[in-house]
Amino acid sequence: MLKLKLIRRENESTMARLIVPVLSIIMAFGCGWIFLALSGYLPAVVFAKMFNGALGSPYAISETIVKAVPLMVAGLAISLAFRMKLWNIGAEGQIYMGAFAASGMALALGNGSPYVIIPIMMIAAFAAGALWGLVPGLLKAYWQVNETIITLMLNYVAIYWVDYLVFGPWKDPNSMGFPLTPIFSPAAQLPTWGDSRVHLGLLLAGIIAIVFYLVVQYTRWGYEVRVMGESSQAAKYAGMNVAKNIMLVMMVSGGIAGIAGMIEVAGITHRLQQGVSPGYGYTAIIVAWLARLNPFAIIIVAFLFGALLVGGFAVQIVGVSFSITQILQGTVLFFLLAGEIFLRYRLVLAREEAV
Amino acid sequence: MNRFPVIEMKGISKRFPGVIANDNISFRVYPGEIHALLGENGAGKSTLMSILAGLYRPDSGTIKVKGEVIRLHSPRKALEEGIGMIYQHFRLVNNFTVAENIVLGSKHVNWGIKQERIQKETREISHNYGLEINPAVRVNQLSLGEQQRVEILKMLYRGCDILIMDEPTTVLTPGEVKELFQVLRIMSRQGKSIVLITHKLNEVMEIADYVTVLRRGKVVGDDRIENLDEGILTRMMVAREVVYSQAQRDSSPGGVILNVDNLKIQGDRGNIAVHEVSFNLRRGEIMAIAGVAGNGQRELVEALAGLRKAVSGSIEYEGEEIKHYDAKSRIALGINMVPEDRIGMGLVPNLSVIDNSILRSYYKEEFYSGWFLNYNKIRSYTDRIINEYNIVLSDSNHPVNYLSGGNLQKLLLGREIDQKPRVLLASYPIRGLDVAAAEGVYDLLLKERDKGTAILLVLEDLDDIFRIADRVAVMYQGFIRKILDVEKTSIDEIGSIMVGTELAGV
Repeated sequence: MLKLKLIRRENESTMARLIVPVLSIIMAFGCGWIFLALSGYLPAVVFAKMFNGALGSPYAISETIVKAVPLMVAGLAISLAFRMKLWNIGAEGQIYMGAFAASGMALALGNGSPYVIIPIMMIAAFAAGALWGLVPGLLKAYWQVNETIITLMLNYVAIYWVDYLVFGPWKDPNSMGFPLTPIFSPAAQLPTWGDSRVHLGLLLAGIIAIVFYLVVQYTRWGYEVRVMGESSQAAKYAGMNVAKNIMLVMMVSGGIAGIAGMIEVAGITHRLQQGVSPGYGYTAIIVAWLARLNPFAIIIVAFLFGALLVGGFAVQIVGVSFSITQILQGTVLFFLLAGEIFLRYRLVLAREEAV
Repeated sequence: MNRFPVIEMKGISKRFPGVIANDNISFRVYPGEIHALLGENGAGKSTLMSILAGLYRPDSGTIKVKGEVIRLHSPRKALEEGIGMIYQHFRLVNNFTVAENIVLGSKHVNWGIKQERIQKETREISHNYGLEINPAVRVNQLSLGEQQRVEILKMLYRGCDILIMDEPTTVLTPGEVKELFQVLRIMSRQGKSIVLITHKLNEVMEIADYVTVLRRGKVVGDDRIENLDEGILTRMMVAREVVYSQAQRDSSPGGVILNVDNLKIQGDRGNIAVHEVSFNLRRGEIMAIAGVAGNGQRELVEALAGLRKAVSGSIEYEGEEIKHYDAKSRIALGINMVPEDRIGMGLVPNLSVIDNSILRSYYKEEFYSGWFLNYNKIRSYTDRIINEYNIVLSDSNHPVNYLSGGNLQKLLLGREIDQKPRVLLASYPIRGLDVAAAEGVYDLLLKERDKGTAILLVLEDLDDIFRIADRVAVMYQGFIRKILDVEKTSIDEIGSIMVGTELAGV
């Protein structure tokens, strides 16, 4: 009798780590192909558009990078908290708070030296995001309140707070009714690369990834985070202050997510507006998870997700409806996540002894 | 014997990543037999029995039950064939009554449960086998020994003819062990077969009819008990003569180093786990804490190590009150501790041996420069610990979970001893270790004692106490009932205090 069996892999091969996602994406496109054909589209045309729109030209690639940067930074933020098994799903709100604080500084300071204004914006964004992480961190550390729920709730608070500002007190009088603040002075805008919209944020994301890696692997605090993430009992036994570190990690995680918000307003929109993050904070959870919390893998995975987003926009322009692109994106995600199991397990065709 | 075996396993092999747990094993059980499956930790006993219980499937080999070849693809299938296994950790629903637990999941119950009926059925079975228990009581009100009886009843209710028990005596008091053995004898007289997974030789000699010894996944010997003795069995298990050294209690205790006075400690659920205990600990002596697990030992040790706050009372270390010191300051004073949970508290699973070797000293100056840990120094420190304490491993970069129980314990003890403790607290340091590994741990502890370290050991096995300790404090329900000189007491005396004299009626 032949039977399919899943057997746990002793160690995952590097080859499999590359091949499995590629195969997953191919299969997802196969599935999407059938779906598009049934819906009356020409799949080949749609996919070509999608690919060209995301990666087909220098401009396309630059747009993909633009979308990937906030995912990278937010993904890194989330992965720090996840390392300690703190389920911070509040990156979205922390992004909004960061965007709010950075915009406040930009609007208040007006024009001046970018070497002064941009660091100030960054510090403010970090502080605001950190505050948004500290609240659930504090509740978790001292009263064991579930951080998942609090971070989720705080997302709404942050999003509506920004809505209030851009519809109300901070609204640009010349915006003709649109929910936007006035545009920032050039000193509060991140420098871009050539004519593209690729901005300094990409470099920042890279630096954060490297620092993240060094801190977690080689510093005393990183050691504490690794121990606490594995076992809070062992951490107590080692004399570590678990409560303090829960707050600290939530603060740093929130702060980095806040920087993602600052990068978005200073690098792309150049003003605070409604919907400044279209769900980056949530997508970043999937990015962090697929990258297994590895900071360098987060950079790559975020880029792929950026491509998926930009490709989706590109086909909308040729008349494919928004919901169809969402389904295509969902299919890719589904296959990527399902493919994970083949990284951890081996499928074996086993011949059991006939009895 | 002219009977057919009720179980016949032939050529059973089972591989796990990196290990061959069972290598071409053949194993037979006859009706009415009490069969001991003996071996050191990691010899493959549990794997073999898990295959028989339908939990694992063998890579090769056949299993005959009552003469027929059967494929045991699930625990359910095994139960249908009359094979039931009782694990070390019981699988009972705490909020259900005894009777409810017994019928839970059995095929006789479809819709709704008639309490009177199942309680009556339970009473009948328990009476038949001398397993006295009140079927209407909730499981969370029972002692571990009573819970074990419920597990046995559960299997009998399902009509099991073959009962596998994994280390059944570990959780029991000496009195409860006697009762269990009595029940097993009744069951065997009624034709039931029993397989005992164990590594305790004295129990094997006492109860078993037949013994199969495993070593490193292979059968190294099997015979009727009449043809065996403890020496032969030990040789089979470890393949070398283990010399029990007797001259271990020639200690020369010095002055008092730790003085505990009226210490009261809260448990995890806000209850008082330890009530006003007082004792002292002297340099160069080993004091054991005896007691059935869960009588306040863990809380006491944690409070002494600074991992748990004391409600009241005092802990004086060399005359200084240290009740308010945290864990780090106590390590700095020289109070070190080896916890009972080796992986999870004492060691961090999934982190490497290197990372684990500095768990209790990572903040010390020798291991960092600036913000960074100095992994060169840490690596050489780890190597030194590995060499000094004979820890066997393939790669210190591998996660600590790859180590065997004995090596984990050596790493834990080595790490603490290396800090030059003046007071060493250790909970169940030889639990689950095989003979050779336990000897290694004893040697380490005795060497420490001879250096003048005051050692407090929480032990469960009374034999161990007599082998190594100078004094013994017996805990029962959060009180230290008595502190005895080991030379002037007996196993029976300690045993009866352990279960509360008024209850034991011994």
